[in-house]
Amino acid sequence: MIRLEARAQPSAIMAYATPVLAVLLTMIFGGVLFAVLGKDPLQAITTIFWEPLFGQYSFYYRPQLLVKGAPLVLIAIGLALGFKAGIWNIGAEGQYVMGAICGAGAGLAFYPADSVLIFPIMVLAGGFGGFVWAMIPGLLKVKFGTNEILVSLMLVYVAEQLLASMSLGLLKNPEGYGFPGSRNLQQYPSAHNAELIAGTGMHWGVVAALIAVIFSYVLLTRHRLGFAIRVTGEAPRAAKFGGVNPSRLILFCLGTSGMLAGLAGMFEVAGPAGQISIDFNVGYGFTAIIVAFLGRLNPLGIVAAGLLMALTYIGGDIAQSQLGLPAAAIQVFQGMLLFFLLALDVLTNYRLRVSGREAA
Amino acid sequence: MTAPLLDLTGVTKAYPGVVANDCVDLSIARGEIHALLGENGAGKSTLVKMIYGLVKPDAGAMQMNGNSYAPIDPRAARAAGVGMVFQHFSLFDALSVAENIALGMETPPPMRTLAARIHKVSETYGLPLSSERIVGDLSAGERQRVEIIRCLLQDPKLLIMDEPTSVLTPQEVNILFETLRKLSAEGTAILYISHKLEEIRTLCDAATILRGGKVVGDCVPRETSARDMAEMMVGAILAVPKRAAPNLGHEALAVTGLSVTSPSAFGMTLKDISFSVQSGEVLGIGGVAGNGQDELLGVLSGELPSARGMVKFKGRDLSGTGPEARRTLGLLAAPEERLGHAAAPNMSLIENALLTGAAREGLASRGLLNWAKTRVFAERIISDFDVRTPGPENVARSLSGGNLQKFVIGREVLQRPEVLVVNQPTWGVDAAAAAAIRQALMDLAAGGAAVVVISQDLDELMEISDRFAALNEGRLSPPVSTQGLNVEQIGLMLGGAHGMEVAHV
Repeated sequence: MIRLEARAQPSAIMAYATPVLAVLLTMIFGGVLFAVLGKDPLQAITTIFWEPLFGQYSFYYRPQLLVKGAPLVLIAIGLALGFKAGIWNIGAEGQYVMGAICGAGAGLAFYPADSVLIFPIMVLAGGFGGFVWAMIPGLLKVKFGTNEILVSLMLVYVAEQLLASMSLGLLKNPEGYGFPGSRNLQQYPSAHNAELIAGTGMHWGVVAALIAVIFSYVLLTRHRLGFAIRVTGEAPRAAKFGGVNPSRLILFCLGTSGMLAGLAGMFEVAGPAGQISIDFNVGYGFTAIIVAFLGRLNPLGIVAAGLLMALTYIGGDIAQSQLGLPAAAIQVFQGMLLFFLLALDVLTNYRLRVSGREAA
Repeated sequence: MTAPLLDLTGVTKAYPGVVANDCVDLSIARGEIHALLGENGAGKSTLVKMIYGLVKPDAGAMQMNGNSYAPIDPRAARAAGVGMVFQHFSLFDALSVAENIALGMETPPPMRTLAARIHKVSETYGLPLSSERIVGDLSAGERQRVEIIRCLLQDPKLLIMDEPTSVLTPQEVNILFETLRKLSAEGTAILYISHKLEEIRTLCDAATILRGGKVVGDCVPRETSARDMAEMMVGAILAVPKRAAPNLGHEALAVTGLSVTSPSAFGMTLKDISFSVQSGEVLGIGGVAGNGQDELLGVLSGELPSARGMVKFKGRDLSGTGPEARRTLGLLAAPEERLGHAAAPNMSLIENALLTGAAREGLASRGLLNWAKTRVFAERIISDFDVRTPGPENVARSLSGGNLQKFVIGREVLQRPEVLVVNQPTWGVDAAAAAAIRQALMDLAAGGAAVVVISQDLDELMEISDRFAALNEGRLSPPVSTQGLNVEQIGLMLGGAHGMEVAHV
């Protein structure tokens, strides 16, 4: 009989080993899934994990790692602050979309003026858009005790409708021959989030992600506010007794994660994506939830997890085109990663005991 | 002398890392009230669990009426005539008394027969209780009667009672003792677990004292002083807390007409509470838990908001002042619930020292934390209050209850409060640690602080307080001097009689 036995202290080794174990298990069960779909599992796994890094076209794929990893890390850093405090912002996808709309809108309002101030204004507008969108569930929770999970999630669909309306109406490119979508910001130098060093994938969003990682690391380890976040997550009553104002903490966590998601959306629309369009968002806001947990809600872990998830995105794309794997199979593969991680998390606080029948 | 009812020889039970019972011999005669004494962790619970069939001994033999007795589960134990009343009741709030009792029976009789039997037992043994009442409406004392009647319906030869008086008012305790004496006179033996020594001296015929899983002595409680029994339990000379005459100063804390609705649906609303404490004084607030203790602590610590003018610290209105600001002023508190309220279970002692120490100990400057200084503060609490732990980086939940309580009290005391409010400071704490905590609270008052002690333990309050007030149903009686106050008066202040009026309903 296998029993779970509580550990006296959470195991530090297990806390670091579980993400690695989860990745291995995902590879094994993902391989089984691909085999059932009639693909060679070994080939599929190497295509996803090896091809982008060391394959024939890695010079193209490697920069993509930063391009796809940066928004994931930026969003996940914000989400992790809230998750640590037990505040569940599930709607980063919506905040990401709102940041993109506001950022692009601010830039396009100046078109075709030329000024170095335009891009900073877009950054502020993008962050503000995400912030405001996240404040809706925040204020509703503080004032009326609503569930932030539901409200933030539902606002994702509102944001998507708004995105469609923008790309078909207000922000539609007047010179676009009637096609949906805004002007391409890549062709508007003052508003373009271009690569800082050509061919590396390094753009302002990557810089912002790095700053966010450092900022949140210092906040969590050295600052009272970070301590308040951690105590609230561990023991809300103790936090209140210690002097934490729960309402203020909810607004801070939701506001910060919304702002970071908004920034990610803004950097994406002004750079790699280029324009507001109906299919602008590709699920970074949801994938970032996986990244936050895979990275143990730890800023440095999130960097590693973000890069890993970016790898499965890029590798998944290659597997789709080269092996004909369905897109849904790649999403299942990514979902497995979170599933195994959460399941293995039990081992941090419990140990397995294999024993005979317990004496009655 | 006749053969004993229950006879245990060399009973041993080991758990991984600890021997809970080591070669325990115990013999209980028919009709005897036998006390089982010991500190927390001495092995009392394990021993009775073996008698009640919940745990199987590793070695040793048990005999009942001269026959071998080895119950495989509580059902077998009940069939052999052993009944047990647990410290924590297992009753369903939404069901009636009779329904609850029927649920615990193997083959419940028809409801009408059962009600008649409940009525008969409750009459015979002086346990007033109506079988149609809903358990959710009963007081703790009445709930205990349900559990006792449930056992008595099975005609037990041996009744085990685990800390039965911890939830009772003094009057309810008297009723319970009458019942137990009557049962004993009829030949039912009672195994009585407690660490309240005066109770054992008035009630029990014999006592077996456990320490560290071993029997360390037997005595006849009526002929042994409480102090001697306590020393046998602890295995050391007990330091009796010393109390100097209070040196009263200015009014430190004043509560006037305090009325607050509890945020919890099961909480108690505070109604028009008024009292004041002077510096150098210990005010004891007694009462059975659940009568507004948590709410009162919350209001004083700043967790629960109160209206203007209701709570004043040295004449300064505290409405709208949060816990952190009150600490800065000098009003500190230690809540009852150690894990999850006074301390974060999964965080280290260093982090838990920071939880309330940040402002007064200067552990943070402009928001940035000084971990080195925090560690020093945590280590100071650990050494000054004799907290047994391998080190300050251990998580709070790895400490035993008594050690964590010493840490929690020490954390506040070392911050030199001007007013300290504590709720159940020694609940579940062993005798030596409890004495240390009481001494620390009295020393604090002697040093000029005002101390408010909220506690269920009346002996404790009599020992350390200068004035006493009772909290009942959210109302506070006017504080009176503890000089010359006796248990009967306290019982009346606690509204202890309300439990007896039920009989006439």
